[in-house]
Amino acid sequence: MKDIHSFLCPPAETARRHGPHDRIVMSSRVRLARNLKDSAFPGWAKKPERVKVYETIRPAVESLPEMATAYSEAMDNLTALDKQILVERHLISREHAAKNVGSGVVLNREETLCVMINEEDHLRMQALRPGLQLRQAWNAIDHLDSELEKKLDYAFDNDLGYLTACPTNLGTGIRVSAMLHLPGLVLAEQINPIIQSVNKLGLAVRGLYGEGTEALGNVFQVSNQMTLGESETLIVERLEKVLSQIIEHEDNARLTLLEKKPKVVYNQIGRAYGILANAHSITSKETMNLLSLLKLGVDMGLFSGAERSLVDELFLVTQPAHLQKQLSDKLSAEERDLLRADMVRDRLKGVNRPVAKPPTASN
Amino acid sequence: MLCSVCKEKPATVHLTQIVGDKMQKVDLCEECAKAKGVNDATTFAMADLMLGLGAAQEVEQAVGSELKCPRCGFSQADFKKTGRLGCPLCYRTFAEGLEGLLKTMHKGVRHAGKVPEALRRTRDTVDRLKSLQKKLAKAIEDENFEDAAALRDEIKVLNAPAAKAR
Repeated sequence: MKDIHSFLCPPAETARRHGPHDRIVMSSRVRLARNLKDSAFPGWAKKPERVKVYETIRPAVESLPEMATAYSEAMDNLTALDKQILVERHLISREHAAKNVGSGVVLNREETLCVMINEEDHLRMQALRPGLQLRQAWNAIDHLDSELEKKLDYAFDNDLGYLTACPTNLGTGIRVSAMLHLPGLVLAEQINPIIQSVNKLGLAVRGLYGEGTEALGNVFQVSNQMTLGESETLIVERLEKVLSQIIEHEDNARLTLLEKKPKVVYNQIGRAYGILANAHSITSKETMNLLSLLKLGVDMGLFSGAERSLVDELFLVTQPAHLQKQLSDKLSAEERDLLRADMVRDRLKGVNRPVAKPPTASN
Repeated sequence: MLCSVCKEKPATVHLTQIVGDKMQKVDLCEECAKAKGVNDATTFAMADLMLGLGAAQEVEQAVGSELKCPRCGFSQADFKKTGRLGCPLCYRTFAEGLEGLLKTMHKGVRHAGKVPEALRRTRDTVDRLKSLQKKLAKAIEDENFEDAAALRDEIKVLNAPAAKAR
């Protein structure tokens, strides 16, 4: 059994992954849901059937050329901490983290392809890319799926397409999504109308960890909801269009804020820096929300010399499981808050306090 | 997108309700929204509409609560409870009731995306057969028997290898 912690890319490196528009679009993802023809869906199947499905799918996925050097493990062989780490990296869903016997995960070396076996569906495969790269992600997962369909008997209906456990995923089984950092729209109080108009287009807006989660750190996930009656490329294209508009709105909101309410912006960013650089106890939620403002300050050029990757790295390593992993003893939430504050203070030592005026021609 | 209640007029009122980690959406036309008292989303219990008057009840009426999937034993009550189906065959078992639900949920009711390579030919054949059969019916109705005969022959040829699909 390989160790997941040594397999995963170190946070300092993941924070340096770059893609188009990555100032606002943190990552792009395309996920496909597939099921085997003659088996009950994971939520309804009894344990022996689930195990049988897992044992059919796992070797098929592992045999793909893309997965030659992959990490592959059964969920019951992972500790709660391992699973939580994978959730914080957005590699598996929270729902999948709760699975045990008969479920598994296969993750490629580059962490760009991740297959969950026996999540809500027999197969949930996803392609991930930094920045705005929906098309690239779709092409990658489309290819993986085409390879897999040669080895597995998918449940497919001429009229209804790929059959899924939940009717909401029926047809293409596709979920195209992007994770967006939108502090400008939140500060300018424009985020709610934006969410509403995005909803009207049949797209969903969710929080950091997907369905039903809070938008911590001003991070929002935008994704398609309808999966039947439209082709995958059409869905990808529509999301691309909407995202480019949201990017524009976020850019405008930032510019307008600086122009009309510079004091509000400097105050928020300055206070965020003040707390992060001086606190001795801080929760992960507060850390994320303040890091978001710090990142906005870096984007605006208020922190000379500071790199965005430092903020992105802190965003990941201050989350509960990542923090716990760096320490040998099991800690209580209170103890973690102390250590989190120590870590953030230490890492911000080299970052000077923000200037009150952005350098000209920034952004 | 059509109104989830009357299924006639276009939906202009869109509600999203998040309870715990479940999100529900409902789309209504203006009349139905008014009729249901959806002027103030905060005092409005969407679950009632979604599950009480919406699709779930319709499913029940259409198929009766006794119906069980022959492959996996999944029942209507199970669907109501979980919102998920039991196995791929359930889509055939509960097809009648699901149709209305799918209409409110999706852009269309017919898959328009990727098709597994191995099934692509059969799917094309089935589509072609359907269109030929339509043409044949029309030709017979118009008493255009020359075309009808040609169409029938074409259908016969196509039918042989496609007998297994659907």
